[in-house]
Amino acid sequence: MAVTAGRPNRGALLPARVSALTGSRAGSLTIFIVRRVLWMIPIIFFVILITFLLMHLAPGSPWDKDGGRQLSQVVRDNLNAKYGLNKPELQQFMLYLWNAIHFDFGLSYQYSGKSVVKLIAEGWPYTMTLGVLAFLLIVPVGVGLGVLAALRQNSRVDYITMGFATFAASFPNFVIGALMVVFLSVLMAKWTQRAFFLPAADFGLDDHLIMPVITLSLLPIAYTARLTRASTLDTIRQDFIRTAWAKGLSERLVVVRHILKNSLIPVVTTLGPTFAFLVTGSIIVETIFNIPGIGRAFVTAVSSRDYPMILGTTVLFSVIIAVANLVVDVLYVFIDPRVRLT
Amino acid sequence: MAIPVAVEQAIDWEIGEQQIGLWRDAWQRFRRNRLALLGGALVLILVVVAFLSPLLVHFGIIINPTTQEVEHIEVGPGMFRHVLGTDQLGRDTLSRLMFGSRISLSVGILVQGIILPIGLAIGLTAGYFGGRIDNLLMRFTDIWYAFPDLIFVLVLVSVFGPSLLSIFGAIALVNWVGLARLVRGQVLSIKEKEFIEAARSSGSAPFKLIVKHLLPNSLGPIIVTLTFGIPQAIFLEAVLSFLGVGIQPPTPTWGQMVFDGYEAIYANPTSVVFPALAIGFTLLAFSFIGDGLRDALDPRMRR
Amino acid sequence: MAQTLLQVEDLHTQFFTSRGVVRAVDGVTLHIDAGETLGIVGESGCGKTITALSILRLVPDPGRIVSGRILFRGNDVVKMDDEEIRDFRGNDVAMIFQDPMTSLNPVTKIGPQIEESMTAHNRFTPVLAKTRVIELLTRVRVPSAERRARDYPHQFSGGMRQRAMIAMGLSNEPELLIADEPTTALDVTVQAQIIQLMKQLNRELGTAMMLITHNMALVASLCQRVVVMYAGRVVEEGPVEQIFRSPQHPYTWSLLRSVPRVDEARKERLVSIKGLPPDLSNPPPGCKFHPRCPFVVERCKVEEPPLGEVDVEQVARCWVLMRNVSELDIAAAKTSALSVDAARKLKAPVSEVGGAPTS
Repeated sequence: MAVTAGRPNRGALLPARVSALTGSRAGSLTIFIVRRVLWMIPIIFFVILITFLLMHLAPGSPWDKDGGRQLSQVVRDNLNAKYGLNKPELQQFMLYLWNAIHFDFGLSYQYSGKSVVKLIAEGWPYTMTLGVLAFLLIVPVGVGLGVLAALRQNSRVDYITMGFATFAASFPNFVIGALMVVFLSVLMAKWTQRAFFLPAADFGLDDHLIMPVITLSLLPIAYTARLTRASTLDTIRQDFIRTAWAKGLSERLVVVRHILKNSLIPVVTTLGPTFAFLVTGSIIVETIFNIPGIGRAFVTAVSSRDYPMILGTTVLFSVIIAVANLVVDVLYVFIDPRVRLT
Repeated sequence: MAIPVAVEQAIDWEIGEQQIGLWRDAWQRFRRNRLALLGGALVLILVVVAFLSPLLVHFGIIINPTTQEVEHIEVGPGMFRHVLGTDQLGRDTLSRLMFGSRISLSVGILVQGIILPIGLAIGLTAGYFGGRIDNLLMRFTDIWYAFPDLIFVLVLVSVFGPSLLSIFGAIALVNWVGLARLVRGQVLSIKEKEFIEAARSSGSAPFKLIVKHLLPNSLGPIIVTLTFGIPQAIFLEAVLSFLGVGIQPPTPTWGQMVFDGYEAIYANPTSVVFPALAIGFTLLAFSFIGDGLRDALDPRMRR
Repeated sequence: MAQTLLQVEDLHTQFFTSRGVVRAVDGVTLHIDAGETLGIVGESGCGKTITALSILRLVPDPGRIVSGRILFRGNDVVKMDDEEIRDFRGNDVAMIFQDPMTSLNPVTKIGPQIEESMTAHNRFTPVLAKTRVIELLTRVRVPSAERRARDYPHQFSGGMRQRAMIAMGLSNEPELLIADEPTTALDVTVQAQIIQLMKQLNRELGTAMMLITHNMALVASLCQRVVVMYAGRVVEEGPVEQIFRSPQHPYTWSLLRSVPRVDEARKERLVSIKGLPPDLSNPPPGCKFHPRCPFVVERCKVEEPPLGEVDVEQVARCWVLMRNVSELDIAAAKTSALSVDAARKLKAPVSEVGGAPTS
């Protein structure tokens, strides 16, 4: 969970002079967005480059079967020719880039002939559904719990929610998922003679979604709640809150317009890493609950060394995360008027 | 040169005096944190288990984790020789749990041993040289940061195969950025201090001086970062095993056990519970220790 | 006879900390009449800010009003319920604070912050409030008020922020405005402007004002009466002119000694008050000022003096009283305020420059 300290200072390489030209904040905002988007390009490029290099540095070839009879040389040569693996490395890379820009990520090794793009497209709706639902659950619940704990500091509510958050944050996805399945599906079914259980496998737009979404959301809810609580507690201690009370404002106004409006700003910055987490989390959750999404496809690609598929999905994931971070950064500029756009 | 040496000596003495007191102080604070102590106790137990388990097998106290007893497949807990039950190949759950701790602990801790030199080297270089090199290295870490950790690890393992070396290496490669950033920050702030200016103005490159000061000041945060890195590493290893691309059988790992248990979840539901709880509580324990250390080694540690 | 607006009777506000109970306000009685400006002076930690916060019932945790009455137009603030106190705050009595940068919401524009004070009390409709904001800002001399109302606090200068705060305080035409160190966080030149402004507003609006400060010069220019506080108690009170002319409590005397005065002979130097403020969780016995008092007698160490009348409308809490102190003793006091080092340096018998007491 690389939610580490120190956010990268993106865009710092590009000249700051440009923003001096535009007077208004709207103008500099556009420039800011453009710069950030441009900055994404080298990052994606490097991601592709590094992954590509790794693929081609791998010992052995993708046609080595794990144990058992190996393919004959003739077959190998044919396969290599088919997938363009007999060309020099640099050429392969250039070719890959060219194709990538045209959204052609090659053909999967596993499912002979099926294009990577097609495989991704098949898995996309499932992963999307999970991700969106999880996000919709995380934000209100995480923030809500955090605010509640902060406003009722040191009360039972506070201790319970923060205790829960600590636990949820330490138990990994698949552990929680497995435990949930055991207790809510298997054991419940046994104990209530199949009268009640939550389905644990396959996909359906019904209660099949309950456990995967919860499993996926638990950790982000936990750290969002903790951060919200800390930020809110910090804000409450500020002088301007005292001013707000001195003006005779109602509790609701003070909490919403003064406390939350300030304390939620840092929380927005965690949305980026949350998104990244949802992406990696989907890999695990889809495997546990047997959901045919992109995450699970990635895992099978990894275990069968389906390099085009691995490359394709890695690029996809990185793009998603980069875009999410971009959106979050822009959002942050919108909501905090103190941020300078140079 | 007279001046920098004198400066160095004066500060040396100062550091020594202060540091001993601070460490003792930190230890006191740590001891008062009950959760941290609880975590510490659990980790201690795990370490003992990890060391003793081969001996216990040797002396016949517990069964060899790789022995498959066909007549006792997927037995629930409570049997005499299989206190916690068996898995789908008849292997004893308890002994597998105990042996699994060896893998988890060694991955968690040893990986930090790899991260430390990498992070130190890069952080020191970036901080000390500053300017273009710093910029370059920071861009480099930015790009690294853009790779989601799990995905990167999976890719590396898929490429280099699920050997012990590649798994250790992959996990280390994913997590060094935090430490590097920390070290760099520390170096930068030390560079600002007056005695460095003094040393530099008298012509000497204050590298030794910086390193000498780096140690006492950043030891605290470095320890905390590495401590938090342990559960991260254990988690990644467990996920890899769970997904089938981690350390391969017959060596038992907790991640594998969760996977196996999951397959047998309808027949033998508890076989998933034990390794799951083991992973969870171990991570929790290290988190508590990390929190405790961080609170104990608070700003008061730094000058 | 002027009518009494606010009457604080034997107020006790205490802080219940893990290190003991801190008696921040230890039996304070004071009053403010309609339209008058009362100064409350004392060094940091003497309880003046907590007294003000108590009036609005804004005492922060772990503090609490323990006993006493705070009567505003006859109603006891201490006993008001939630709705009444909300009505009271920002409406009958308003308060402005020391540091305008941290006292304003950084992510809301100035205009809406002032508006919300008005709309919250249903005194103005949102539309009317908007117009009034511009009126108010103009009145406090903020240039280009209409444009400025749409700015954020960080876009204002320090002086303008304080003006905005004053505008916010006056927006509901309160009968009493409490100002806690309104100029301390500002530049000296800006301070003068703000003081001018406050004088003007006082004349124009007739609002009563409670000015809390450690700056005696401010009191001299703005207030009619002054209350001197020390260690959570009132130690002297009276009309400004009288107090400045003949302060009776040694603490007041020391405070005044430390203000540079243009009309004083050049040879007179400033006196600093030696020692530190008392620990309010464990105060000294007898008169709380006795450890630092240059004119202490035995009785002071044992028995705490009550507030006694020393002149027309002037009271002081002292056994000795300045008018009973000989010239020799006063001269000695000025010299003894020196530390040994300074005495050597300056070759006595002049006193060390002290400046205002620690703030």
